[in-house]
Amino acid sequence: VARYDIVWSSVVFAILLVFFWFKVLPNFKKNLDARTEAIEGRLAAAEKAQAEAAAKTANIEAEQAAARADASQIRDEARAEAAVIGVEIKEAAQAEAARLIASAKAQIEAETQAALVSLRAEVGSLAVDLASSVVGESLKNDKLAANVVDSFLAELETKKK
Amino acid sequence: LINALSLLTQAAYAEASDGGFSAPSIDEFYPQVIAFQGTWFELDRIMLIRLLVMTALVVLFWLWSSKFKKSYKNNILVPSRFQLMGEISLNFVRKNIAHEQLGEKDGERFLPLLTTIFFLILGMNITGIIPFLNIAGTSRIGLPVVLAAVAYVTFIYAGVRKHRMKFFTANLFPAGVPKPFYILVTPIEFLSTFILRPVTLALRLTMNMIAGHLLLVLCFSATQFFFFNADGFFKLFGAGTFVFGFAFTVFEILVSFLQAYVFTLLTTVYIQLALADEH
Repeated sequence: VARYDIVWSSVVFAILLVFFWFKVLPNFKKNLDARTEAIEGRLAAAEKAQAEAAAKTANIEAEQAAARADASQIRDEARAEAAVIGVEIKEAAQAEAARLIASAKAQIEAETQAALVSLRAEVGSLAVDLASSVVGESLKNDKLAANVVDSFLAELETKKK
Repeated sequence: LINALSLLTQAAYAEASDGGFSAPSIDEFYPQVIAFQGTWFELDRIMLIRLLVMTALVVLFWLWSSKFKKSYKNNILVPSRFQLMGEISLNFVRKNIAHEQLGEKDGERFLPLLTTIFFLILGMNITGIIPFLNIAGTSRIGLPVVLAAVAYVTFIYAGVRKHRMKFFTANLFPAGVPKPFYILVTPIEFLSTFILRPVTLALRLTMNMIAGHLLLVLCFSATQFFFFNADGFFKLFGAGTFVFGFAFTVFEILVSFLQAYVFTLLTTVYIQLALADEH
């Protein structure tokens, strides 16, 4: 083996060893590590974002459900209230109607009574007038006439009954 | 074709140009000294090829390295095609050799050495088929010897660091062998572990490269001879030898890679055996 053969081989090997050891491989490994780290970081971030989105969606859904429940509750209450109000109105109307009917009846009764009384008085005098005109002077005795009229009217009344 | 031509000019240069068939010889591997004759730093063609390969490796990996740096500095996650080639190359040694044999922790410890050995051998081997270079930087025994010595020192260092002196006793006196047999077993173990391992590492690589080079020279100088010096019918043989030369050139690409892989893998396995806990 030639001396210079070994020397040159050693020189070449030593230079390349140092070069690979301190230059190429550190950069190579850092590059791979950085890539691994970045990919893992991004995956984690994506997972987090996904979880956040899911939570947000769940929130919105819960809110929607609550709003829906609120709305239906309000609707139910309104319906119940409306029913109550309807009943009240009806009752009030019925009461009013009954009152009107009653007062009308009373008025009619009163008027009938008044009419009867005035009629009785008028009919009496009219009859007396008529009878006096028919019967003439003899019957001008008021006391008798009044008795005749009263008895006539009482007769009328019993007949009527 | 360029390959064939340059091989032929080289062959013609090496042999006296008598016009006949020039058989390849071992002189191929001891070319003329170019500079610094007689000093420790004599330069010849193969040494120049080694320096050229080293420069090429430094340039290529410097480019990759700066790509990696840019990547992690600017947080670029998607590598370019060029960067990906570098990552695949370096990861081949890292994952398929270092991590697989040694595990992640020890794999990372010895990774600089293994990476250097792999790419150095691959680069030196491949010059065997690169036009105008045409000879592998590893076809002179010096470089394989240096690398084998490094592997040898490394696996002994790994074993001693972990098991102290038990590393030697456990290797030379394997457990589970009846005591009298140590007379037989211990010399064998010593020979195989501490002598044959580095010798075979160095010789396997050198001989593969020498054989590959001789085959290529034989094929292409024969082609030259048949085409230009043979008469009539024999010129046809030239086509045959040329096809063989082409086939062996392709085969040498495979051998270059395979020898780099085998050398690195065996170094890793020796380290792994030294670290193993059965001792």
